[in-house]
Amino acid sequence: MSLNVATREVDGVTILDLGGRITLGDTSSGKLRETVREILAGGTKKILVNLGDVSYIDSSGLGELVSTYTTASNQGASVKLLNVQKKVQDLLQITKLYTVFDSFDNEADAVLSFS
Amino acid sequence: MAESRSIELTLESKTDSIDAVELVVQGLARQSGHDEDAVDHLGMAVRESMANAVTHGNGYSRNKSVHFSVVQSDGALTIKIRDEGEGFDADDIPDPTAQENLLKTSGRGLLLMRALVDEFNVQRGEPRGTEVTLVKNAPAGE
Repeated sequence: MSLNVATREVDGVTILDLGGRITLGDTSSGKLRETVREILAGGTKKILVNLGDVSYIDSSGLGELVSTYTTASNQGASVKLLNVQKKVQDLLQITKLYTVFDSFDNEADAVLSFS
Repeated sequence: MAESRSIELTLESKTDSIDAVELVVQGLARQSGHDEDAVDHLGMAVRESMANAVTHGNGYSRNKSVHFSVVQSDGALTIKIRDEGEGFDADDIPDPTAQENLLKTSGRGLLLMRALVDEFNVQRGEPRGTEVTLVKNAPAGE
């Protein structure tokens, strides 16, 4: 299953609802990058990436999350994670990427944290 | 009595090969009595190794193959994946968890492989390329 990306806005925060797999070889990386580029071009400065329905992510997928983070940071925007599933959380621990991303289990708390 | 089974495959340097090998290994791991966490971990380690072989080792070349083997013995799985590339020294790969490398978008595959299996080895392949060995021990109680 490839990656699905949907966007919505809550109190000035753009939420990316991701679903499926973020892996090498499918169309996920292009889809995520394109969406992030579009929302940054639209002036978004607060991005919350909802990984609640992401069932699988590999090192390429982790690279895509890092790319999202650095692309946004370079344009003065911030990126945080929401609903990181245990499998993905384990990978963030192994790779120490948990030190890069602020992560939340509750959407309201996550949105509030940007203010 | 010891039960042993082995599979050898020669695969094209395509992303489809990565998916296929991941599925084969996950199936064998389930048959061997590994729980779903162990199946996931082994599947990901194999996926990372296959991805390195297909992309970095063989550069998606139609003229280069990926050589895969798995031996299942009393619940333990020993997997070897060899590419036909130029080879590399694993010691030359920067530590992706070092502060200065955290924001790099690649270079985490070897780290994940090491973390997700019980034994990990990378060496020059014969006659060429790089060969990675991944071992998942038999589940507890086997």
